[in-house]
Amino acid sequence: MNELPQQLANGLILGAMYGLIAIGYTMVYGIVQLINFAHGEIFMVGGFGALTVWLVLPEGFSLGAAVPLMIIGGVLVSVAVGTAAERFAYRPLRTAPRLAPLITAIGLSIVLQQAVWMWYPDAKKDQPFPQFHGGPIEILGANIQRGDLFVLIAAPLCMLALGLFVTKTRAGRGMQATAQDPDTAKLMGINTDRIIVMAFAIGAGFAAIAAVAYGLKNGQVGFQMGFLMGLKAFTAAVLGGIGNIYGAMLGGVVLGVAESLATGYIGDIPGMDLFGGGAWKDVWAFALLILVLLFRPQGLLGERVADRA
Amino acid sequence: MRQRSIIAITAALAAGSLTLTACGSRDDDGGSSNGDKTTVVIGVDAPTTGDLSALGLGIKNSADLAAKTANKQEFVKGVEFKIEALDDQAQPSVGQQNAQKFISNKDVLGVVGPLNSSVSQQMQKPLNDAGLTQVSPANTGTELTQGDGWKTGNSVRQFKTFFRTATTDEIQGAFAADYLYNQAKIKKVYLIDDQKTYGAGLAASFKANFTKFGGQIVGTDHINPEDRDFNAVVAKIKKTGAQALYYGGEYPAAGPLSQQLKDSGQNIPLMGGDGIYSGEFPKLNKKAEGDLATSVGEPVEKLDSAQTFIKNYKAAGYEDDYEAYGGLTYDATWSIIEAVKLAVEGNDGKLPSDGRKAVLDAMAKVKFDGVTGAISFDEFGDTTNHTMTAYKIKDNAWVPEFSGEPKLG
Repeated sequence: MNELPQQLANGLILGAMYGLIAIGYTMVYGIVQLINFAHGEIFMVGGFGALTVWLVLPEGFSLGAAVPLMIIGGVLVSVAVGTAAERFAYRPLRTAPRLAPLITAIGLSIVLQQAVWMWYPDAKKDQPFPQFHGGPIEILGANIQRGDLFVLIAAPLCMLALGLFVTKTRAGRGMQATAQDPDTAKLMGINTDRIIVMAFAIGAGFAAIAAVAYGLKNGQVGFQMGFLMGLKAFTAAVLGGIGNIYGAMLGGVVLGVAESLATGYIGDIPGMDLFGGGAWKDVWAFALLILVLLFRPQGLLGERVADRA
Repeated sequence: MRQRSIIAITAALAAGSLTLTACGSRDDDGGSSNGDKTTVVIGVDAPTTGDLSALGLGIKNSADLAAKTANKQEFVKGVEFKIEALDDQAQPSVGQQNAQKFISNKDVLGVVGPLNSSVSQQMQKPLNDAGLTQVSPANTGTELTQGDGWKTGNSVRQFKTFFRTATTDEIQGAFAADYLYNQAKIKKVYLIDDQKTYGAGLAASFKANFTKFGGQIVGTDHINPEDRDFNAVVAKIKKTGAQALYYGGEYPAAGPLSQQLKDSGQNIPLMGGDGIYSGEFPKLNKKAEGDLATSVGEPVEKLDSAQTFIKNYKAAGYEDDYEAYGGLTYDATWSIIEAVKLAVEGNDGKLPSDGRKAVLDAMAKVKFDGVTGAISFDEFGDTTNHTMTAYKIKDNAWVPEFSGEPKLG
């Protein structure tokens, strides 16, 4: 039986999730040149926000109807935390040396993890997340789980909406202008503070949607889930060219597919059986990152500096 | 400006030295008299936070229950037991720091824990150097007591201070292989581990025994225990025609692994060791039905000796369940309490001045009927109780299937 379509689909689903989170890294970096290492935790609180909505809904509420509400709940929590982080942790440090906000971000990430761990009821262990009933759907020889359809639909829609927003709306063009030259943008009458908050908010919202996808896919959320996913998404953003929103999604998908194929096939190459499988997939993914950066230091789509937003 | 900073520094130094002296004086009279009773502290090291905290909290509470029971019964005259529980977050480096904390507290005469074999590897040496007795309720890594030589039959005791109430992976893997091959009649197995001391050791032992019985390992893979997406691994299993998946690792990853296995259309059971024998496993895995686990000892619920433990545990009102290691932890703690008793009795009813040495010397003589059966330790510090139980998920809960001692191939 040919498992290639299955492995590609697995990689695509995983990659779409990485891509959604990577948007947050790339937008914030594009505008304030800050690597927001707390973004993985913003993803995590979004998952818990969505879970809370599910838990307060009455028993027997259908999951299909609940998902939009859970997205709203997750997005609200993530955006609130993301913008609060910007306002109280990063804005006071905007003129400080680069290292200060970076360390702040790492500290914030620990604070958020511990806060959820301490105050969310029973969050000291992984929490079960609702999942769709019913078997997988077969598309082109690959079995797609019902929960995974969500990210396959949500990710392109989000990208489309973001693309339109950045190019067509006044605020979006303001964002591009701020990314190119914040001082001039300010002189042109753009409220750059508002634009920066907006970039954090959009990134946080996308992360929350990714968190709902993560929950539906894996059936659980935990306070530590943001670390690994955040790291991978950051890698995806760099791979695609940090600062470029399409690059973030492309980087995510490339990373996801690379991981999936490395797990599936490298072990089958004669003499490589020790280096294949699930344990080595991260090694191959990062090897790919290094290779790409060697030949294209700006990342896959990194040259469109003018478009970064 | 400059003067102000000098004042600040002086103030900070003064405050610092005050704190230091405070610590010092507390240590001095921490010499452990509580009225006419001597306080003996039993250290507990377990992951009480993080994704293994369900098991860790069960360990902490069960140790606490043992100490309270001993105090209530005045089991050792003139001695009051206290528990000092530290969280190791399932991280070896944190476990080592905790070991140092226990060593520096002179009242600590024994340590119960940890949960993870990998953490234990970092704690054994400092505790051994300090002569502080350690009894783990959960470490199943065979080399912890017998060294790497156990595979070739050259077992050498590693640390004189290390004991355990849990059975080794060697026995657990053999039991799982025996059960799967001879009882469940499964001949082809796919093998996955999480590369940790526990998971890899268990998988290796299972593999050795399963092939000895005549079974076939149709493929192997390793995963990262932090991952939750195993679809790529699961897709590989399909083409091998495996009849079961044996996983060496713990429930946080085993849950989604099992579910994704079944989601991919493969209706084969996942089997694991005591690391997946947790009530959390079926909660994190919506398709757990039919999955298997082995765990040490008879099912706690079935033993008469365990009924009292369960009753007392419930009566004590702990928030969390006693989980897989509750009974073994109670017995591990109780073995230290017994050793303290022997030490006190051998010293005219008073705790000897070198309490740690006296407790360690007494450990070899400890013998009692515990929650999980008769408890005593062999020449390696391993439990002499080799009974194991296989469990199966039925209606989203672990149900005991079969208990016995494994046939060692």
